[in-house]
Amino acid sequence: MIGTLDPKIPPGPLDQKWRNHQDHSRLVNPNNRRKLEIIVVGSGLAGGSAAATLGELGYRVKCFCFQDSPRRAHSIAAQGGINAAKNYQNDGDSVYRLFYDTIKGGDFRSREANVYRLAEIANNIIDQCVAQGVPFAREYSGYLANRSFGGAQVSRTFYARGQTGQQLLLGCYQALCRQVASGTVGMFPYTEMLDLVIVNGQAKGIVTRNLRSGKMERHAADAVVLASGGYGNVFYLSTNARGSNVTATYRAYKRGALFANPSFTQIHPTCIPVSGDYQSKLTLMSESLRNDGRVWVPKRKEDRVKPPSEIPEGERDYYLERKYPSYGNLAPRDISSRAAKEVCDEGRGVGPGGRGVYLDFADSIKRLGVETIRERYGNLFEVYKKITGEDAYKMPMRIYPAVHYTMGGLWVDYDLMSNVPGLFVIGEANFSDHGANRLGASALMQGLVDGYFVLPNTLPNYLAGQMGKRPSPESAEFKQAEQSVRARLEKLLKVNGTRSADSFHRELGLLLWDKCGMSRNEQGLREALRKIPELRAEFWRDVRVPGDEEDYNQSLERAGRVADFLEFAELMCIDALERDESAGAHFREEHQTSDGEALRDDESNAAVFAWEFQGDGQPPKLYREQLHFETAHLAQRSYK
Amino acid sequence: MNFRLRIWRQRDAKFRGKLVKYEVREISPDTSFLEMLDILNENLLRAGEEPVAFDSDCREGICGTCSLTVNGEAHGPDHPGAVCELYMRKFRDGETITIEPFRVGSFPIVKDLVVDRSALDRIVQAGGFISARAGSAPEANSILIPKHDADLAMEAAACIGCGACAAACPNGSAMLFAAAKVSHLSSLPQGGPERERRVLKMVRAMDAEKFGNCTNTYECEAVCPAKISASFIAKLNREYASAQFRQRLGE
Ligand SMILES: Cc1cc2nc3c(=O)[nH]c(=O)nc-3n(C[C@H](O)[C@H](O)[C@H](O)COP(=O)(O)OP(=O)(O)OC[C@H]3O[C@@H](n4cnc5c(N)ncnc54)[C@H](O)[C@@H]3O)c2cc1C
Repeated sequence: MIGTLDPKIPPGPLDQKWRNHQDHSRLVNPNNRRKLEIIVVGSGLAGGSAAATLGELGYRVKCFCFQDSPRRAHSIAAQGGINAAKNYQNDGDSVYRLFYDTIKGGDFRSREANVYRLAEIANNIIDQCVAQGVPFAREYSGYLANRSFGGAQVSRTFYARGQTGQQLLLGCYQALCRQVASGTVGMFPYTEMLDLVIVNGQAKGIVTRNLRSGKMERHAADAVVLASGGYGNVFYLSTNARGSNVTATYRAYKRGALFANPSFTQIHPTCIPVSGDYQSKLTLMSESLRNDGRVWVPKRKEDRVKPPSEIPEGERDYYLERKYPSYGNLAPRDISSRAAKEVCDEGRGVGPGGRGVYLDFADSIKRLGVETIRERYGNLFEVYKKITGEDAYKMPMRIYPAVHYTMGGLWVDYDLMSNVPGLFVIGEANFSDHGANRLGASALMQGLVDGYFVLPNTLPNYLAGQMGKRPSPESAEFKQAEQSVRARLEKLLKVNGTRSADSFHRELGLLLWDKCGMSRNEQGLREALRKIPELRAEFWRDVRVPGDEEDYNQSLERAGRVADFLEFAELMCIDALERDESAGAHFREEHQTSDGEALRDDESNAAVFAWEFQGDGQPPKLYREQLHFETAHLAQRSYK
Repeated sequence: MNFRLRIWRQRDAKFRGKLVKYEVREISPDTSFLEMLDILNENLLRAGEEPVAFDSDCREGICGTCSLTVNGEAHGPDHPGAVCELYMRKFRDGETITIEPFRVGSFPIVKDLVVDRSALDRIVQAGGFISARAGSAPEANSILIPKHDADLAMEAAACIGCGACAAACPNGSAMLFAAAKVSHLSSLPQGGPERERRVLKMVRAMDAEKFGNCTNTYECEAVCPAKISASFIAKLNREYASAQFRQRLGE
């Protein structure tokens, strides 16, 4: 039996739903806010903005992150920019257009009402960040500057050089610091949530481990907010920070929260190619580079080993411009990534191993001068040089797709509450507004919209009924959760095998990249579903975790995360198999148009797939949320 | 490439540490410095020894987590850049490399190469922000900011908060860190209302954390991965002097 889900979308016309909902939502008066405690797991753009805003509103907040400072959350690494429909360029942008581009970019697999709200509030985010002192790029006139990103024909992206995520996060971190100083937010750095505690069917706390002392703690609260980021590192190699992991959301899943669309993972087209098997991560070259860089490979296979300068114009295939003349180099990520894979599969890829395409700035340098290019992308060119030893002002960059972002995440309703009452999920950790593919510069927008404006207005809807219901951390449910966390850590330490957790992680990553990466098919997925449990069994037989539990033990930290990835990977493949269509980043080879584009099956699959844990070794139960397109009509995506 | 390593090992803040010798072999020149340490740890683990604890996260020079002193230099020899952006091709085959934690009194050692930099967070908590409640902000283009000012603010705001400046300073001063934040926020009109309180409180917090004084050695600027200019320190001093003067007048 497939279950159904109610997203609780408010009534009324699309553009008035949020206003109406706010008008009729419950409130918590300022005196009562002081009596309510809220746990926020995560200090990235989503968690940091939520914790700061809730603190400012007068709630008592506890905020957790595993880094040594909230300022180091993975959001810091975002480069290119943040979208908003300000229409400062007078190029025809509007809230509707940002909404429509996001729905279309997501290949019609996201919820209209949420996406519309996202587009509506995005403008307030730019105002908010400017007020905090985020030094966005400006024109000589003093007005804010914009650039373009993939999947849009307007210029709506705001940016701070190539460090937009850093600047937005620092704005958020500073707001958080202000609340820490004023005593409304308690900050718990280097503290990892290892379990969610549910009391009477409601999320009421977490169990954490202090990563430096190894001490376990139980924290009770009136509501729990997960803002723990994405799970791209399930592939081992990705553009995510090394520490990014699935543990917080996966533990919540095992406690009953539904995991939605886990197979929707985004492969970013412009990353520095893999150079060797010692590699620990992949580095993104921001999509903004595609504003001024042209992507090409040689027309003939034989030319792939020639230096690019010796390949004349007529012998080059600018394949994105050729295949998608209206969007060209700014075609959306899923499409650009697959196009790169295709030309490399044809044997025309460049660089070591033939897994690379050129991103060439020669024309732009000629047109705009080297100084303009340096001003726009200087730091990215420097990063590229450090990693590859090559100078991209003189020769084209070599790029290749890499795992980057996860659209899947815990299922949430319109209020951003999961199916477990009291458990809210924001930022990349929820299944989000991006459907089957996220457009560039929209994750920062979503994280901040969720944290600064949506959650602070929807949380009271739940909290208003929760006064005086906070359980004691001494209650049985807390003790049981702590016990199960302890047992698991001890089990990891006891295996005492021969291999590091990393070596299993690497193996898992290669398997997933092969079978559940840029393209998938039934046979490959079935093979992965056979191999993952084998690898997991091997892990529990042969992993070696040195040291103790009550100590600073980085091997133990990592082993716990890898153990969760080894379970979660299976859920991803189950979802990819169940979704018998292609949609956005989920490309099932069995379902493509005659010219190789993703072919959806709206008849049976215009839905969110959300999975419920049924016990170890049991297949999860599927729930479906039917998606209704009343404003943005279902259409085959075209970027031609 | 092969390398001899001398690495600082220390159980925790209470124990005394020492340099321990290791070797790594057949390292590709394209390996990053931290990946080289990953390889060492993988070897140690297989040999039944405890891996070396060190901090890192983004591994692309922006999160500021990594914090190693390599051959006596904060973040190693390839400036500007964090140690995660350092590649083994920068070293000679067979070279002996000494790896220590950042050494600053205000950053106690947690374990091996990991230090506690929470003092930096506390400096920001003291006043390194602009108070702007979500909901109160005016339309973003209502206050124009000359490009020059915005660019200057960005240059200062680029600080990644790693603490290398303090590690490199003979006095263990965090002036470059504080100066970057003060300069970022005071270059913008939005930062105006809290300008004086901010600089006074941040400087006091820095003193309370027992960071040393600045004596203009410029070591901080030389190792800064984010290329923060030492001229911001002069700006901080001016801001501080003027805020103090105005405060006295007010009293
Ligand atoms: C290289 C790169 C560049 C990008 N560039 C852009 C861009 O230009 N524009 C754009 O819109 N998007 C971009 N993105 C995507 C965007 O950065 C992320 O989607 C977004 O920052 C996620 O924010 P978040 O707050 O949801 O999570 P994160 O920033 O990942 O924060 C997660 C937080 O949760 C904490 N946490 C996780 N698990 C636990 C646990 N178990 N216990 C305690 N704490 C935990 C972490 O410590 C951290 O504080 C980029 C991503 C990458 C990788």
